[in-house]
Amino acid sequence: MTAVARRARGATSGAGRLAAALLSPTFVVLGLVVGYPLVAALRESVFREGTDLDESGFVVEGSRFVGIDNYTAIFAGDSAARFWNAFGNTTLFTAITVALEVVIGVAMALVMHHAIRWRGVVRASILVPWAVPTAVSALLWRWIFQADGVANAVIGQQVLWTTEGWQAKFAVILADVWKTAPFVGLLVLAGLQIIPNDVYEAARVDGASPWRQFWRITLPLVKPALLVAVLFRVLDALRMFDLPFVLIGSRKESVETLSMVAFDEASSLRFGPAAAYATILFVYVAVTALVFVRLLGADVIGAARERARK
Amino acid sequence: MGVRTTAARATAALGVAVLLASCSSGGDKGNEQPSGALEGRGEVTFATGKDTSGNMQKLVDEWNASHANEQVRIIELPESADAQRQQMVQNAQVKSDAYTILNLDVVWTAEFAANRWVVELPADQFELDKFLQPAVKTAQYRDKLYAAPVYSDGGLLYYRKDLLDAAGVKPPKTWAELTSACQAVKAAQPAIGCYAGQFEKYEGLTVNFDEAVHSAGGDVVDSTGKPVVDSPEAKAGLDSLVTGFQQGIIPEKAITYKEEEGRRAFQAGELLFHRQWPYQWNLAGKTDGSSQVAGKFDVAPLPGLNGPGSSTLGGHNFAISAFGKNKATALDFIKFFTSESSQRSNLLATSQAPTLASLYDDAELIKQFPYLPTLKESILSAKPRPQAVRYGDVTQAIQEAAYAALTGEKTSDVALKDLQAKLQELLK
Repeated sequence: MTAVARRARGATSGAGRLAAALLSPTFVVLGLVVGYPLVAALRESVFREGTDLDESGFVVEGSRFVGIDNYTAIFAGDSAARFWNAFGNTTLFTAITVALEVVIGVAMALVMHHAIRWRGVVRASILVPWAVPTAVSALLWRWIFQADGVANAVIGQQVLWTTEGWQAKFAVILADVWKTAPFVGLLVLAGLQIIPNDVYEAARVDGASPWRQFWRITLPLVKPALLVAVLFRVLDALRMFDLPFVLIGSRKESVETLSMVAFDEASSLRFGPAAAYATILFVYVAVTALVFVRLLGADVIGAARERARK
Repeated sequence: MGVRTTAARATAALGVAVLLASCSSGGDKGNEQPSGALEGRGEVTFATGKDTSGNMQKLVDEWNASHANEQVRIIELPESADAQRQQMVQNAQVKSDAYTILNLDVVWTAEFAANRWVVELPADQFELDKFLQPAVKTAQYRDKLYAAPVYSDGGLLYYRKDLLDAAGVKPPKTWAELTSACQAVKAAQPAIGCYAGQFEKYEGLTVNFDEAVHSAGGDVVDSTGKPVVDSPEAKAGLDSLVTGFQQGIIPEKAITYKEEEGRRAFQAGELLFHRQWPYQWNLAGKTDGSSQVAGKFDVAPLPGLNGPGSSTLGGHNFAISAFGKNKATALDFIKFFTSESSQRSNLLATSQAPTLASLYDDAELIKQFPYLPTLKESILSAKPRPQAVRYGDVTQAIQEAAYAALTGEKTSDVALKDLQAKLQELLK
């Protein structure tokens, strides 16, 4: 049981009622914007639209209750291969992009933190990719990766980046890292700025090398900020949709993610299966977040502050 | 449950809420059927893709000027065809009367008709015999008329007249002639690519696959609607593209071409032959420096395996939403829009192919659009894409099969056998 819960029980009932009353609008809003879509999607995922035709060629209307059929269908037959492929792509993209973004983002943060001259310009230019909307940056990269685009001109040979294959995965990863490493950099920079300078001075007096200072001081002290950044990125990357969709195209096996499968089903008017895919993705995201928080102890909501105050 | 986990879940939930919300539909549908009668007069709306030339607005203004009590208002939908279809489908699913007249792509007719999202039109009130018959067929579902053909479209073979003339060859009528013409030209121009169409994995690939199959004498679906892609003719058609890629007649990078990529390549002088819609004529003929091939190209009908080929039909038809109000006005407006004077004005402003046969024989128009006789020939011998209620699934299956064969992932035999099985499932 957490500190919050213990303190709540100790409080007087009057204060409890007041707290509940003051919080209730928040819960109503949360229920509307978070709870309702969730429940609606869950409900949708146990129905299926009719696709049969009557003898004069008209669609027999109405959706019918199919229980968990939409879910079992995902794990059987052709759609199983598609699902596991999309699941694999989603996981692969998440693991690789987040790992690269952490390394590059931390480096960016250090550059932004230590830049003495042109500090504003350095920070602004590093953050530009993050400011570009994903779909726009995907178009930009599509232009770079097209058959007679910049990428092929630079490497001097013709690679067809937007067809199926490892090169398509690579293109997506590169574009995603380019776009979101600055986000990690931004959060880490915020963490860096609260490290007091005298800690480093003391380390220098003790004769610690810059490398040792980085591992022993900087990294442990920015860890809370870094973990929040990583968590956000993991959750974001698991939902990756617009970048591969625009950059490579829909229904390309090499880059299809779970979101893209859900979208594809929905645009084929199979809302039940689409909702089932989305629900599976939701569970995957939720479980990943839970494991992440439990294992690494990311201080997402300031529980450490609560404990410290107690 | 700890606060931390709750918050983590809430964060996660917020993350996917948007995605989930986009997947949930309006729920159960009622059973009441909208009346099919074309009654009521008054204001109507006209939902269409982007009006790039402004000519739709001009025609609507013309109509509005003489129909004070029956005003028409254009509702501009997104540019991409998929997004247009999605908005129209969503509109139909909530039975909204926001759209009265729908500008439908020719391949959507069956889906919209079978779901009763559009009403049947009185065929006797349109002079259908004056229209190009293949275009009329795209507006029908099970022999009943559900839309009026407004724009048509057919594929043309653009070729470099200057290079063919220099090599002393005539525009090809068959694949073999195309290949030998290419070899003749390559003697002097080794760097040029021979042929390209639209081979990226999207609707354009379906169009090009269908053309290859039809041009080899095969069919995707027969006259009764049964799939027949496992025939030797269909294989010969697909193989013409597959071997084209293998032998380098089609440049390797053409697998990433949609209309615009191919057009840029043709305009940059990288291609000898290019399968493309009529819209390329004006752009490739521009003398402002954007095209290297202005004045150096001409068009011919698509080549086939043993004779002239057969194009896939494109185009747009206007239908009346089953849930719209004032359907009588809508019908009159559609008649106005399909009239000869409206279609002529459209052709002049947008160079989109009309559906009235007479306009293709008009000497004045031919002077301005020299490709019109070739286009007429192309459309008259054209075949529609499969008319399927679940067209979205059908075209996806075709794209999967064709793309797998073109990229060498599957042999054409296997790809077509898989496609046949899938289409049998979808079209039963």
